[in-house]
Amino acid sequence: MSKQAQHWEKTRGLLMVTLAIWFVFSIGIFLFGAEMESVGGPFGYPLTYWFTCQGSLGIFVILIFWFANRQEKIDEEFGFSEKGDD
Amino acid sequence: MIKGNFIDNLPRVYGIYTGGFLAFIIIMAIGEQMGMTSKAIGICFVAFTVAIYAIIGYLSRTAQADAYYVAGRQVPTVFNGMATAADWMSGASFVAMAGGIYFKGYGYMALLVGWTGGYVLVASLLAPYLRKFGCYTVPDFIGTRYGGNLARLLAVIVLTVASFTYVTAQINATGTIASVALDIPFQYAVYVGLVSILLCSMLGGMRGVTWTQVAQYIVLIIAYLLPVFWISNKMGAGFFPHFMLADEVARIADLESQFGLGTVKNSAADLATVPKGLAGITKAHSAVNATPWAFISLALAMMMGTASLPHVMMRYFTTPSVKAARKSVGWSLFFIFLLYSSAPMLATLSKLSLIDPNLATGIIGKSISEVQSIDWYQNWNQANLMFVSDFNGNGTLELNEFFMGGKAVVLATPEIAGLPYVISGLVAAGGMAAAMSTADGLILAIANALSHDLYYKIIDPKAETAKRLVVARVLLVVIGFAGATIAAMEIQGILGSVIWAFDFAMSGLFFPLVLGVWWKRANREGAIAGMALGLISGTAYLIWVRNGGSGFLGITQLTFGIFGSAVSLVSMVVVSLITSEPDAATQKMVDEVRVPSGKSILGKQH
Repeated sequence: MSKQAQHWEKTRGLLMVTLAIWFVFSIGIFLFGAEMESVGGPFGYPLTYWFTCQGSLGIFVILIFWFANRQEKIDEEFGFSEKGDD
Repeated sequence: MIKGNFIDNLPRVYGIYTGGFLAFIIIMAIGEQMGMTSKAIGICFVAFTVAIYAIIGYLSRTAQADAYYVAGRQVPTVFNGMATAADWMSGASFVAMAGGIYFKGYGYMALLVGWTGGYVLVASLLAPYLRKFGCYTVPDFIGTRYGGNLARLLAVIVLTVASFTYVTAQINATGTIASVALDIPFQYAVYVGLVSILLCSMLGGMRGVTWTQVAQYIVLIIAYLLPVFWISNKMGAGFFPHFMLADEVARIADLESQFGLGTVKNSAADLATVPKGLAGITKAHSAVNATPWAFISLALAMMMGTASLPHVMMRYFTTPSVKAARKSVGWSLFFIFLLYSSAPMLATLSKLSLIDPNLATGIIGKSISEVQSIDWYQNWNQANLMFVSDFNGNGTLELNEFFMGGKAVVLATPEIAGLPYVISGLVAAGGMAAAMSTADGLILAIANALSHDLYYKIIDPKAETAKRLVVARVLLVVIGFAGATIAAMEIQGILGSVIWAFDFAMSGLFFPLVLGVWWKRANREGAIAGMALGLISGTAYLIWVRNGGSGFLGITQLTFGIFGSAVSLVSMVVVSLITSEPDAATQKMVDEVRVPSGKSILGKQH
């Protein structure tokens, strides 16, 4: 398999992981919105309320930075990272 | 004072700017103590900030195509994040979102999840690849990847429909704020808003918009967070509201049931006396009133719409590298998060200020005549954003007898909570910044697509740079005026138009963009079918439901993009598979887009 194909395979793998995490916190947990409402969440907010106004949002921020770093590692591994700084 | 390259000095320039803005707020506060009228303070805030943006716009003027279209591709990661956040957070986010949560509670917060989760899709599926491609506009990518003028033209059409729907809402928002702050009729205020918007973008194109958007972000985030923290501390709810309002959320639930929320219903005859556009509290603050699908479908539509809206995507064309584009998405979402995580807190504080009888500011349970004599009530009642009426004739104000416009939740809360008027002026400037920055991005997206893709690529490929940029600027003004004229007619509310824009964008563009990178087999015929059928079927669904159609699968007029994009996906895949695969050159192009290093597909000047 060519270097490029291997690079793309790893990139696709990372995409799948990223989208899976995204799916859980944007869609998955809200299937149980009513059930989670009676559970206490961080800082004493009801759990569903906390996820919609802080939890999921914060997880998305962290997820994007994590994804960006992993993708950079993959690019470096195959020598595809860009020259120069950002 | 400033030496060397502008880009290297950015932190310093904006540091001085922020300091200057804070000093201005303090001067206004002193002015208020010395007897400046609230009207003068409001005018100063709006006029001063708009003047600063206009100066930045003027200093960023340019005659080069790559500076005009993509700000020279040298915007650093963090600053691009701020600019994107301002680009993104519109009048709807700033003025309307807290109001929506205030009235509709938990079910409404699907928008918070939808308007943030979409960035994960932007970062992982699209932004880095489109940056590598080196396009000026989103249709530029579609046109080059799939080839042919028809595909490019369809992309321009989808972009224009979605962005234009969006921009009328933003001009409407600038008009509302300008009319309240400057005390002029809405029909004229709309054009004042428009001129302010054009001052930022006309001379500098993307470069001007970028640097004004950073300035606008700083104003809007200060204007949003300061009142939230101040009210929370004043009320004794906690010095860091985001972590400390659990008791207040619970208290609202108690008060709402105590005041008979949901048990006392207003009669239709009583409601007919309430001015149009105002609403009472009819749903419990933290009630899970949405079914899971209603919540999820709205969130999903907003997420996919985020990834298809060209004015957001084109911000990532301005970063210096692919790597920077990815990081920049993270920063964008971080800056958006600062405001979005505060909106529910503001809604909570606002609601509690109004309804809690233990607080001096609470009005529920007071006598009607007492409420009617409060200064802020009179002001906002005059602006047609607040209304009380003694339906049951007992002389005291009940929860179901108080009505407020959604916009007033953000704009009026500082006054209601008893903060000095200088904070209200600040909030007006923040709302103006939010609406202006988004309108700028949108108008520029449309004008660039029409000037670059329609005029230069399709109509006159030999046009010189100078002529292209003249056409771009003329289009900017024409589109702005068209938007303002429609905004002045006040057809649709701010939030409704914004949500529609997302649905239009995802119906026509989401799958053609994503599959263009991730599916090599996708070809021109497929993309044409996907864009055309997606947009047509989405629009048809909207018209059908608007005219009393029952809809299916619980897809409403706010989520019609789910239907449109499903049609788009199916037709794109089917048509691609029954027609021949893309030629070798196109396949090689896709391979190159997938690798960050190396030259971009389109040259620096194209």
